[in-house]
Amino acid sequence: MNHCLSRGFVLLVSLALSAAIAAPAAAQIPGVPLEMVNGGKLLLTGGVSNIEGGGGGGLASWATITGYETPEGIGGNVHLTGVKTDDYELRSAGAAVGLFDRLELSFARQDFDTGATGGKLGLGNGFTFRQDVWGAKLKLIGDAVYDQDRLLPQIAIGVQHKSNDQGAIIRAVGGKDDEGTDYYLAATKVLLDKSLVLNGTLRATKANQTGLLGFGGDRNDDYSAQFEGSAGWLVSKRLLIGAEYRSKPNNLGFAKEDDWADLFAAYAVSKRLSITAAYVALGDIATFEKQRGFYLSLQAGF
Amino acid sequence: MSRPILIAVLAAPLLAFAAHAFAEEKPVDPYTVSNANAGATPLTETQTFAAFHGKPGLQRIVIDLVQHSVDDPRTRDIFREIDRERLERTLVEQLCYVLNGGCDYTGRDMAAAHKDMGLTTADMGALVENLQRAMDKEGVPFAAQNRLLAKLAPMKRTVVER
Repeated sequence: MNHCLSRGFVLLVSLALSAAIAAPAAAQIPGVPLEMVNGGKLLLTGGVSNIEGGGGGGLASWATITGYETPEGIGGNVHLTGVKTDDYELRSAGAAVGLFDRLELSFARQDFDTGATGGKLGLGNGFTFRQDVWGAKLKLIGDAVYDQDRLLPQIAIGVQHKSNDQGAIIRAVGGKDDEGTDYYLAATKVLLDKSLVLNGTLRATKANQTGLLGFGGDRNDDYSAQFEGSAGWLVSKRLLIGAEYRSKPNNLGFAKEDDWADLFAAYAVSKRLSITAAYVALGDIATFEKQRGFYLSLQAGF
Repeated sequence: MSRPILIAVLAAPLLAFAAHAFAEEKPVDPYTVSNANAGATPLTETQTFAAFHGKPGLQRIVIDLVQHSVDDPRTRDIFREIDRERLERTLVEQLCYVLNGGCDYTGRDMAAAHKDMGLTTADMGALVENLQRAMDKEGVPFAAQNRLLAKLAPMKRTVVER
């Protein structure tokens, strides 16, 4: 992690912490002590920090609100994620707070490092796209864990505002914008009697490679509906293994964009610390074909 | 040590033992006894009940769950005033009924049994964790634990009052 990222990360953590400390006063229920850490959720059923900073799987956003808080409390976490494929590297660091198991606010700073591939693309070795993702997610209805007698999943709506720092390069390859906003509707259900965690998400987006290559393109500049699906099996209290699929638009003429998929294992060392490892298949990225590799994420919660 | 004190010292544990062995449940207001009071329909298979080692297994789990919840700072206050004899008996009945173990549940319904206890989601979560701990100690496989938890989870809507 470079110096600037570290500084931004520290700033974010402090912001998240001050939000967590400042927010309770407004919404605290009289007579109910506010708890920073409590046991309202089963381990891992709330997902982990995804690549875009919010609660979910590795690549997908879920309807769960991050953290182990209850309707009476505040939860949150910070994450560090690295993805290494054949020709690229992606690093993400961020923080998220869950307020009263209802609202989630998140931030992730992503560095898409082209490494030696940057040289081959004419961008220069180590050329890095940096993207900031600000997210908000509101739980609308349902409880993924407790509503075991109903088919109704937990449903949430979310928004992610993304801002990429390489506008000139994005426009040079046919992209239309260095900023964009995704909107999504997510449904998550834990089928406890089968130890399964399922999620489906519909996303309206213009993002190229989730925004790492900008928004809109010469081929298409409209929003399109994309799907994210995750299925996980709770092997034990601490271990969730599963697979994910995320469809993506194909807006840019210069390079084909593929859907993403992964196989993951998330291990909860404790409520405060979890580790996610995944094998990812990200398809073609900026003319470099069949990007496959490994994903490793550390998440610390409070 | 003088004789009366010696007798008292020797007798105290015996008396405590006797008091425990013959403890009686405190009376509760009359209610209609029905398996519907258990708050969940029973499983239709019997493998899960076997995975809990039958009724003796449930008894060990319930005794551990209650003891741990009495000691647990998170749940201590909830269990302070509780009629432990009655709780252990009705809880074993309830779990046995829900797991299709051939028992009848004779306790009150979930709303009446938890009325005015002021339970929170965090309390429920702590109890679930203590139950998971007790099931782990009994060696109940995780998948079977989850089949029971799936039956108990919806009770949150009834027992959590705030």
